[in-house]
Amino acid sequence: MKTLALIAVLLAGGMLLYAGQDLPAFGDQNSPAYQHPMTTRFIEESENETGVYNIVTALLANYRSYDTLGETTVIFTAGMAVILLLRRREL
Amino acid sequence: MSGIQESIIIRTVVRIMVPFIALFALYVIIHGASGPGGGFQGGVIFGAAIILYAMIYGIEDGKKIMSDKLNRILSSTGLVLYAGTGLLCLVFGGKFLQYNAVPLFPNPAETAAILMDVVEVGIGITVLAVMISLFFDISPPETEGDEMSPEEVEQ
Amino acid sequence: MTGIMDIVYAEYNYWIYVALMMIGFYAMIAKKNLVKKVIGANIFQSAIFLFYISLSDITGGTAPIIVHGEHAAEVIYTNPVPHVLILTAIVVAVSTTAVALALIIRIYDEYGSLDEDVILAARRNLQPEFSEYARQKEVDS
Repeated sequence: MKTLALIAVLLAGGMLLYAGQDLPAFGDQNSPAYQHPMTTRFIEESENETGVYNIVTALLANYRSYDTLGETTVIFTAGMAVILLLRRREL
Repeated sequence: MSGIQESIIIRTVVRIMVPFIALFALYVIIHGASGPGGGFQGGVIFGAAIILYAMIYGIEDGKKIMSDKLNRILSSTGLVLYAGTGLLCLVFGGKFLQYNAVPLFPNPAETAAILMDVVEVGIGITVLAVMISLFFDISPPETEGDEMSPEEVEQ
Repeated sequence: MTGIMDIVYAEYNYWIYVALMMIGFYAMIAKKNLVKKVIGANIFQSAIFLFYISLSDITGGTAPIIVHGEHAAEVIYTNPVPHVLILTAIVVAVSTTAVALALIIRIYDEYGSLDEDVILAARRNLQPEFSEYARQKEVDS
């Protein structure tokens, strides 16, 4: 069973390495993700549009605000789920 | 009570450190707009301060600072603060969480920055309450430790 | 030979992430202990986080916080979008880990073991129709 798992893991790793050859090199400024117009726009316009210096905060709390609301709901739900699972006897 | 909880050095250092860690957490939350930081990071640091206190002084003493009831209230307060900011934008005629719709300042970007701080504080409150409640729930109950201690004395 | 070494050196970060990811994957599928499976899932997630963060890095770039001053025009910022995505992913990872650990505590209370085989055997004894189904499947195969 363990050898089977090892073979599966090595196969998956080999496939990932083979597929990873086309990825941009480490620190490449011409990578598609960095040259995408949205990235350039976020870097250049976010200060005028949101009024904060930190672009990550501007993205998190303004452009992707709805997503962050869902994320806060996820962490709240996780806390409630743990309470429901582990405090059954007290309630 | 294990050895690390009886050490006078650790107890003193923790008692002095916890307020400063909590203060640093508030700094990280508020400073999220103009530097590295934000609600999630600051909330986790604040939770870690209280968890550190509860680890050294015992779960019972930790619950005196942060009771289960306070935890439940705080974890929903943060979410209400966040969703309430979104609803405030609806009231002023914008879309949900469209910050520029609120006529707080003449400059819409300034309004957005203030409301983003409110949102970050809401995230921080929820995260700190949930982290502490997770620690209190997953840690083993104290009664088992008390049952163990007489046996250790006999041995 | 130098060509191959150049490729390996330019993309060595991907080799590290694949190695980390496969360590986590192996722990998830080969280990019988449920806690070790959760740790494996966490290692897997960490590999993905590092992969995304390394994609955002630019040689000579600084953190994506706007700089003001005389040299402001020369500053290169790293890509902020993967940072935001991974901030989201880390929070979800923490939540799933917490729920998984709580479930494991409940499972241990119920079955007195964390071993997958022991738990499955106990479940088979508890549910006769399930064991009937398993026996039928063994006969078929």
